Amino acid sequence: MTSLDLSPLATIPARQGSRRERRMMWRALAFVAPAALLMLAIYILPVLVLTGFSVTDYQLGALDWSVIGLGNFERAVSDPVFLRALVNTLIYAALVIPLGVGLALGIALLVHGTKRTRGLWEVAYFLPVTATLVAMATVWQFLLHPSLGPVNAAIRWLGFEPVAFLADPALLIPTMALMGIWQVLGFNMVLFLAGLTAIPKDLTEAARLDGAKSPVDRFLTVTWPMLGPTTMFVMVTTSISAFKVFEQVAVLTKGRQGSETLLYAIYLEGFEYAETGYAAALTLIFLALVLILSVGQTFKLDRKVHY
Amino acid sequence: MDLTRTLTATPALALHGVAKAFGGTPVLRGIDLDIREGEFLSLVGSSGCGKSTLLRIIAGLETQDRGTLEIAGRDVTDVDPSDRNLAMVFQSYALYPHMTVRENIATPLRMRRLPGAARLPLIGRLVPNQSDTRAGIDAAVREAAEVLQITPLLDRRPAQLSGGQRQRVALARALVRDPAAFLMDEPLSNLDAKLRAHMREELADLHARLGTTFVYVTHDQVEAMTMSNRIALMDAGEIAQLGTPSELYERPANLTVARFIGTPQMNVLPVEIAPGGTVMLFGRPTALAVRSAPGPATLGLRPEDLRLARTGWPAKVLRIEPHGADRYLTLELPGTGAGRLVLRQYAGAEVIPGDGQVHVDFAPERAHLFGADERRREVAQRAEQVA
Amino acid sequence: MARFVPHLVLALGACVMLLPFYCMGLTAIRAPSEIFDISLWPIPEDFSAGRNFAKVEERVPMGRFMLNGVIVCAGILIVQVATAVPAAYALAKLKFPGKALFLALVVGALCVPMQALALPLFVGLAKAQLLNTYFALMAPFFLSVFAIFLFRQSFRSYPDEIIEAARLDGFSEFDICWRLVLRGSLPSLSAFAIFSVVAHWNDLYWPMIVVRDTALAPPPLGMLYFSDAESGADYGALMAGATLVTAPMVLCFLLARRQFIAGITMTGVK
Repeated sequence: MTSLDLSPLATIPARQGSRRERRMMWRALAFVAPAALLMLAIYILPVLVLTGFSVTDYQLGALDWSVIGLGNFERAVSDPVFLRALVNTLIYAALVIPLGVGLALGIALLVHGTKRTRGLWEVAYFLPVTATLVAMATVWQFLLHPSLGPVNAAIRWLGFEPVAFLADPALLIPTMALMGIWQVLGFNMVLFLAGLTAIPKDLTEAARLDGAKSPVDRFLTVTWPMLGPTTMFVMVTTSISAFKVFEQVAVLTKGRQGSETLLYAIYLEGFEYAETGYAAALTLIFLALVLILSVGQTFKLDRKVHY
Repeated sequence: MDLTRTLTATPALALHGVAKAFGGTPVLRGIDLDIREGEFLSLVGSSGCGKSTLLRIIAGLETQDRGTLEIAGRDVTDVDPSDRNLAMVFQSYALYPHMTVRENIATPLRMRRLPGAARLPLIGRLVPNQSDTRAGIDAAVREAAEVLQITPLLDRRPAQLSGGQRQRVALARALVRDPAAFLMDEPLSNLDAKLRAHMREELADLHARLGTTFVYVTHDQVEAMTMSNRIALMDAGEIAQLGTPSELYERPANLTVARFIGTPQMNVLPVEIAPGGTVMLFGRPTALAVRSAPGPATLGLRPEDLRLARTGWPAKVLRIEPHGADRYLTLELPGTGAGRLVLRQYAGAEVIPGDGQVHVDFAPERAHLFGADERRREVAQRAEQVA
Repeated sequence: MARFVPHLVLALGACVMLLPFYCMGLTAIRAPSEIFDISLWPIPEDFSAGRNFAKVEERVPMGRFMLNGVIVCAGILIVQVATAVPAAYALAKLKFPGKALFLALVVGALCVPMQALALPLFVGLAKAQLLNTYFALMAPFFLSVFAIFLFRQSFRSYPDEIIEAARLDGFSEFDICWRLVLRGSLPSLSAFAIFSVVAHWNDLYWPMIVVRDTALAPPPLGMLYFSDAESGADYGALMAGATLVTAPMVLCFLLARRQFIAGITMTGVK
């Protein structure tokens, strides 16, 4: 009896509510639509197309093509140029990651200890981050010039043989890494400074009273463990940017003397030689490497919540 | 507590003329203070009075601009905090979030007993001949955890603990190494009211059990009154009064102390000292006299020292606030322009007339008189009491 | 003494960091004949800044490159903000079907570098006959998933009560989004703008792929053309060109240091 009476009363406001809710829903969809369409055009379709290309022998401009399955990937693992590019990129990363992170941490610790001069150091170390790397690579090319450059002049003045930074094939990747470290230091320093500022002062003071007399003890007891999440993050961003090294190669060598990096090899195959199918396969390998690093970063962001 | 020890000459901590300014603003203006071996001394005062700065100077976390500081007779002005052998409990507890409770408590001992190489992460375990030391540290940690009843929590991290549990861990980390003194910076202010009352009791017990010197900073006079042997009440960078809780309550040295100590606050009324020394309250002589020049002064009356009487000053009861055994009456004195008074009496006292018209009087032997300079004046009761 | 050691170390490091900038500026104002003078004395014997900068303009249209850079950066930023702000508002404050999926796509896309999408985007633009246009330079960056993510985080902290009160007061959702909620997130907006402009002003990879026409090259690509053409002969002019390309971002950084650092590093801090 009562339920019969109540049911129409109960449904009327619900229906009004759902109509209003539906109107809001359409508005929300209209808000999201441009971004969603762009997402489709810029991310989703290209990833699908890329995956499709990677199993074909398609060449841009060619009239016919065929599906060759994993042929492009088999070609990659036996392609000396690609393998050399992969090794070069790994060497580059192996230099840039430890030095770019370690030096940045050292600088951040020193800058964190200063008071009045802090702004000055921030400017000096961060300036390379804002500079256009292409232009600065040209400048480095001049600085490291065997006869004209100040760096070799200094080396000669110290009584050593000049170093052919940009001619000796063995030194090309380390020279590019030097520029990479130079540019990434300030970025990482600022991230570390933010991490250091977030450490409660109480903890450092408690450590002093607990007997951590030397700065090294305090660093190991408080600073280093508390910086853990920041360090992890800096490592990941530095390694992702190291895997994307491109400008130095484009300016300094154009891949000559076996100095290709991953991205430069992809650029050559895809855009210079129009080997679209093969370049797509190489791109997927590159993407897989970057995604492994990024997933590590997401995993780490979750852990940060614990602290 | 060993009473003979409290009488020995060398104080546990001695401060002479300690002064400190931050950016030109003086925070401490020359503090002289002897803290006795084994006593529980509270530094109490409103925020900004300098009590926390004083504690941080004792700890060595700040350096005084002037003055000296001695611990057990040794000048420690240039001694690093880690070498002062003081333990501090921070307001935020300052537990190391990446360490377990066990590691947190062990840290002060590891720092002191293990050589540098053995403290390094990972490879530290490889340093030989440390197993006895490590076993000793383990035993000390277990003992401290036992004292504070946190043994089941030893393998947790601070983030997994409640506020009260963190408080206990911070205490355990402080007492594990038998320091010369415990310094506590408002350690109970982050706890809820019930837990705070409970921890007050525990801290007092802990002090009685350990017999170590406690220096305790708080803005809560109840904490200071209930736990301390002595209180140093600070105001504007100076010690306004140093004494036992009952001395501060019974004989406040000035109006600041009188107002700070005691809840509800002491009632203050403007009075006039007549020629001859009689204290006049709103034109009527009181039972008090003072040897002092005529002029304005302030009369301080604790709520429990006011009483309703047949004679006295006419007053009107505005509100009756029951507090279980006691009740507080809020009164005003019509026509005087004075502020409201609070009177405290047994809940079962006489019935208040419906119109609230009463007379109020006070116990003259319990009245406090403060001169125009706000300092305490000694009063005498006049022989012939005016009815 | 111990107080000065950190400053000394920092000063030495800063000299190394700033040496390229110093040499760049110095060589740009020196005469070509002084190129063998390896001294770092700041005053050149023959002040040749005019000659060097004139040489740049004579060889390559540097002014045109800079203008291209401004057009591309501005176009990208405007579309990024126009698409990301409403999407972020809907994600933060509204309900719609597929919301969880869209958010997952945004977070997933954050991990995908632009370089991985360049090949299919290039093929698509080639098929559509759109290579060598401003549109081709800008299109891949029209959607910034980073902006959506950042604004969503920032919008979420905007109080729901104010939005509800605004709805009762007759504000449209468009007004609420652009006039109320965005105003509460202006620091995020300015930080993102700096991040976006710096990233696209300095980008080389994509312009190198889609532009073959010198007249469309943004500054980094123009710089590359110039340095390839000079092949190391006239360093005075080369450094003058590098100075021109680097100067806008460096000057902006010096003027708005705090916002710049916040903008470029917010990927890390947030």
